[in-house]
Amino acid sequence: MNVDQMELVLDHYKNPRNSGTLSNADFSHEEGIPSCGDKIRIDIKVSDDKIVEAKFCGKGCAISQAAASILTEMIQGMDLNSIKDMDGQQFLETLGVNISPIRYKCALLALKVLKTGVFGDNSFEYEH
Amino acid sequence: MEKVINKLPSFNAYEIRSDFPIFSRKVNGKPLIYLDNAATSQKPRRVIDGLKSYYENNNSNIHRGVHTLSYESTVMYEDAHKKVAGFIGASDWKEIVFTRNATESLNLIAYSWGLHNLDKGDEVLISIMEHHSNIVPWQMLCQARGIVLKFIDVDEKGNLDLESFERLLTDKTRVVSIIHVSNVLGVVNPINYISKKTREQGAILIIDAAQSVPHINLNVKELDCDFLVASGHKMLGPTGIGFLYGKKALLESMEPFLFGGDMISTVTKEKSTWNELPWKYEAGTPNIAGGIGLGLAIDYLENIGLEQIEEHESELLDYTLNNLKQLPWLEIYTPLEGQRVGVVSFNVKGVHPHDVAGVMDEDGIAVRSGHHCTQPLMNRLNIEYALRASFYLYNTKEEIDQFLISLKRAYKIFKR
Repeated sequence: MNVDQMELVLDHYKNPRNSGTLSNADFSHEEGIPSCGDKIRIDIKVSDDKIVEAKFCGKGCAISQAAASILTEMIQGMDLNSIKDMDGQQFLETLGVNISPIRYKCALLALKVLKTGVFGDNSFEYEH
Repeated sequence: MEKVINKLPSFNAYEIRSDFPIFSRKVNGKPLIYLDNAATSQKPRRVIDGLKSYYENNNSNIHRGVHTLSYESTVMYEDAHKKVAGFIGASDWKEIVFTRNATESLNLIAYSWGLHNLDKGDEVLISIMEHHSNIVPWQMLCQARGIVLKFIDVDEKGNLDLESFERLLTDKTRVVSIIHVSNVLGVVNPINYISKKTREQGAILIIDAAQSVPHINLNVKELDCDFLVASGHKMLGPTGIGFLYGKKALLESMEPFLFGGDMISTVTKEKSTWNELPWKYEAGTPNIAGGIGLGLAIDYLENIGLEQIEEHESELLDYTLNNLKQLPWLEIYTPLEGQRVGVVSFNVKGVHPHDVAGVMDEDGIAVRSGHHCTQPLMNRLNIEYALRASFYLYNTKEEIDQFLISLKRAYKIFKR
């Protein structure tokens, strides 16, 4: 971990965007990492195959929670199909943090929850 | 009894460090500060060189040939059993069975003794502070034999609740299996008292000594236990080697756990008879080099003296706790008094331990964060995870100072 490169993550960790749940969500999914207790739920509302609203709630480390905040901000207005194309490596680069591979799971949990929620199981695999 | 402090002038953590090659490396550009000793210890040059020397000069299988190398390997491997026996005060080295680790030793007891001696309704008493290794094998016996597993509680200070122990110990209790030193709380449990009560009830006593054997002087006869288990890698030895101590009569009466080569005396097409102790429980080619390495680790520890290690760790522990308790943003789980080893568990309130450990890693400091293979204890403490700093003979006060600086830095970064 390199704290100097964590500006974006720390901003979202301390001031999370899109925090909460949606009562009328089209997709809602929650997953966790049992070994560290992190949990994220993402709710999204879709219209004409576009995401019109996304919210998250959860608990865990700064990286996993900030990643969820950043992701929900990123996907507003996005086509569902382009979410299918989002890959882990790209998302890690967006986060802009230099973390050890041991913590990739924390950083990618939100993306996994989103993809699994929309496209079902096995739509996302952690890569090393 | 007056405590005799015979601190030899030779004990010097700074000199000891030079015996450990790993301390010459840097992590993220900083000198390594290793405070994860309850997970595994670092290895002295003597152990590392001993492994190399064994493979370069003596490597052979044991108990199998008449050639020189086989004889040498056999003697070295048997000698390692003798060193373990001496180290824990067993009267006969044949009471020492080498396994992979404490976990395998506990499984050996559960399968070899438990499956054949426990019946429906029999109770096994463990504690809420057990490592998963002393919970899960018993749960297997709940399924297989219908035994009842009961948990001794901890009190609000984090010590074993002896009232709970006495309440749960009944004439149905067949086994008391207890962690000697908690890998989270660092407390040393009062085994002598537990042992006396367990004897009165006629149950057998198993001690998980994975966190005590490396740090405090113990003697299986004084503890009056039936079995004691530990892992070599937590006591300066290699990974993949651990041991089981068992009273001879018990080990002789039990069925083997693993079957195959070297554990037999005779084999016909129809049946087999078992080898003598301890080989009856060491099927197949064992971890010969690992066993020899463990023996060398014991030589090293004995040369320094467990009393001195204990005293050094106690100083580090007091120093650390005295500093940590000044920080109101911490929640500390290790009791502030009583007999403990060098283990401190805590959380920065509102901050996930992985974030704190990540900052510390950036500063070259290795601490553990997570549930420490003690989910029932985490649950009891109403937490999901904790940070843990654990010390050993090579740690210094200067390292604790760096640890405290890094901890405060992490707090500043992540506080909300």
